[in-house]
Amino acid sequence: MPILEIQNLTHTYGIGTPFQRSAVEDISFTVEEGEFLGVIGHTGSGKSTLIQHLNGLLRPTSGRILLEGRDIWAEPKKIRSVRFQVGLVFQYPEYQLFEETVYKDIAFGPRNQGKTGEALDQAVREAARLVGIRDDQLEKSPFELSGGQKRRVALAGVLAMEPKVLVLDEPTAGLDPAGRENLMANIRDYHRNKGATVLLVSHSMDEVAQNVDRILVLKSAHVLMSGTPAEVFARSEELLSAGLDVPQVTRVAMALRKRGLEINPAVYTVEALEQQLLPLWKGGNPPC
Amino acid sequence: MPDMIQTESLRFAYPADEGQKPVYALRGVDITIEKGSFVVILGHNGSGKSTLAKTFNAVLLPAGGKVCVEGMDTLDENLLLAIRQRVGMVFQNPDNQIVANVVEEDVAFAPENLGVPTEEIRKRVDAALKAVGMDEFVTHAPHLLSGGQKQRIAIAGVIAMEPACIVLDEATAMLDPIGRREVLATVHRLNREKGITVVLITHHMNEAEGADRVLVMNDGRVDLDGTPKEVFSQLKRLRATGLTAPDTVDLLDRLRRGGLDVPLDALTVEECADAIADALKKR
Amino acid sequence: MLKDITLGQYFPGNTAAHKLDPRTKILLVLMYIIALFCGGSFWAYGLLALVLLLCVRISGVGLKALVRGLKPVLFIIVFTGMLNLFFTPGEGVLWAWGPFHITDSGLRNAAFMVLRIMLLIMGTFLMTYTTSPISLTDGLERLLNGLKRFHVPVHELTMIMSIALRFIPTLIEETDKIMSAQKARGADFESGNLMEKAKALVPILVPLFISAFRRADELATAMECRCYHGGEGRTKLHVLKYERRDYTALFLGTLILAAVLAMRAVGL
Repeated sequence: MPILEIQNLTHTYGIGTPFQRSAVEDISFTVEEGEFLGVIGHTGSGKSTLIQHLNGLLRPTSGRILLEGRDIWAEPKKIRSVRFQVGLVFQYPEYQLFEETVYKDIAFGPRNQGKTGEALDQAVREAARLVGIRDDQLEKSPFELSGGQKRRVALAGVLAMEPKVLVLDEPTAGLDPAGRENLMANIRDYHRNKGATVLLVSHSMDEVAQNVDRILVLKSAHVLMSGTPAEVFARSEELLSAGLDVPQVTRVAMALRKRGLEINPAVYTVEALEQQLLPLWKGGNPPC
Repeated sequence: MPDMIQTESLRFAYPADEGQKPVYALRGVDITIEKGSFVVILGHNGSGKSTLAKTFNAVLLPAGGKVCVEGMDTLDENLLLAIRQRVGMVFQNPDNQIVANVVEEDVAFAPENLGVPTEEIRKRVDAALKAVGMDEFVTHAPHLLSGGQKQRIAIAGVIAMEPACIVLDEATAMLDPIGRREVLATVHRLNREKGITVVLITHHMNEAEGADRVLVMNDGRVDLDGTPKEVFSQLKRLRATGLTAPDTVDLLDRLRRGGLDVPLDALTVEECADAIADALKKR
Repeated sequence: MLKDITLGQYFPGNTAAHKLDPRTKILLVLMYIIALFCGGSFWAYGLLALVLLLCVRISGVGLKALVRGLKPVLFIIVFTGMLNLFFTPGEGVLWAWGPFHITDSGLRNAAFMVLRIMLLIMGTFLMTYTTSPISLTDGLERLLNGLKRFHVPVHELTMIMSIALRFIPTLIEETDKIMSAQKARGADFESGNLMEKAKALVPILVPLFISAFRRADELATAMECRCYHGGEGRTKLHVLKYERRDYTALFLGTLILAAVLAMRAVGL
């Protein structure tokens, strides 16, 4: 059974004003349990509006969101419980830290969830461990940490609620290459160890290509395409003409094809392209 | 003619907590940035690249050594305004450098501070907005623009001072790919057409494409210095400083190790494809 | 959502009301307020309401938008109205219950007070609706220029004002974002008693303050980098100049104020 079902979701801002505008329009898709899904699209493609529906921060203008088969708005009073099951990490989450200590800040979510005592302590420490925050850092003020560490504390604050579905909006924005890789490793660990479902929203095609099982491409409030990375990048021409990026490696593959080489352009990792090119050189048949 | 910016054994430390030794963010930097060049400074977070940038127009002052802007020492307080007028600075967060709530008023801010006569301000504002391709937005409210557009307004605000050099201190870090492309295209055009020196601080390797020179900072020092091709072919040293090479270089490196005779210094997608196609033909 | 708040919102336009010099508009609003407090009869308020209606017509700003502006202060209007209605001492008591009583003059006072506040707010809003914040602060700076002689930091004050205006939309947006983010961590802003509700605001206010300080710090650096060094020697992109229509408007304004004062003198 899919863990999340989005059925004909439409969200319209400013109904009845001259500024009326649908940020998402009649979007439908499902997310399987344990899946790592990438969501790609421009600023303004409706990504942010879409993900705020998944944990009930926004209410659909029309359409439904089913979490494990239940409409999350079936009982509007219980919408808060949905937020513990679908954890949402916003862009630049470090700007939402507020507590005196790292420990207390991570504990905010699970405490709201009703956890106390041993269970609370365990949730906090485990989340901190997952993102590589040391025990001695837990009693520090979060504002003393470096930018990358703050980001990881903020991530831990959501992981500590142990959500079944983790939704991340541009989690690596503004980090340097090492910081980006670190954070993505934390997210992959949570996905693997907890069997959690992860939705990664990103501008970076490279980042998405290297991490996810399936990609959903949004364009001006609609789903443009969805499929495995190989399926999506096989349609690179379409992506480019929609003004979206494709990974640099895919562009090299496309450029090689234009030069008459028998290359399958649906590659998105350096290794995969290398595997295609070396046999060509050694005289073997290309695996096309 | 003096160089645009010159540093001599430049050192800098941020104030430390009481009883703690100050940690040096810059530990002896000697670089010369030539007039009209496009220089990219790379480095991981904490490598000192942003600190270095902030010494270029006396936002931070050297704790040892010195920085000269067109021969003017940044330690000389009397030269402060003259230095800041020559070296403009664009920062990371577009929202925190826009002063006014009308685009034209914001671009006019620097010339107003410099006491430029009203008619001249008008001319400069219009020219600056045109130079960044934002002339349609003269009377718009900046907070309703996209990130890339806001950064272009910030660049226009700097150009209106008629500086000789623009320093972009991680000005693309918060932008989406479209915004990043807009900003890069804008500064490349300004460099080409107006001869403005550009110093671009970033940790996106791909932004070094098309630069005249790349400096890699590590631990408060300049680790690598050369053309993009020279720098990126030093894969090992790059990785040792916590940076990654562009995928094109990574691919060429793997192919070389696999025995294919390709050069390492083909940076762009097209160059890389050419290099591979050529090598395959040679077999 | 918070974004919907219309605080001193500016409706761009090209009408005579928009084109007036901001100094003229500030002076006119001042005269209008004086007239409102000097007026003491339905005749006077009728005249002033008529004047406002006329200005609304000229400005092209819908009357609806103005009335909507009254909403946030509705409570204050009703409260002062009630206060005047029930607590004005006087002869001719019409109704009494304990300390509450309604008198002839109480009715009159209440009606005047409500009219006064409503007209005052609508008049001021008409000014902010037709004047961009930047020209408003510009006008204010020029009007107060004389105070510099008495060491009043006029430039600094108006600079603070215009920066505050610039950052209002940014901070509102930020508050929205922080609220959503804390809600996503299960924060509850709706239930609980007053004390609990106040406590629930901490996760919003702390990040908001920290961010405001960070923004202020970065803005200050950015301003210095653009050669800001106080008001001395500063020139302007837009220089304010009184035009013929400004003199006309000021003359008419004075006339109306004089009329209201005259009405009061003859007891009309």
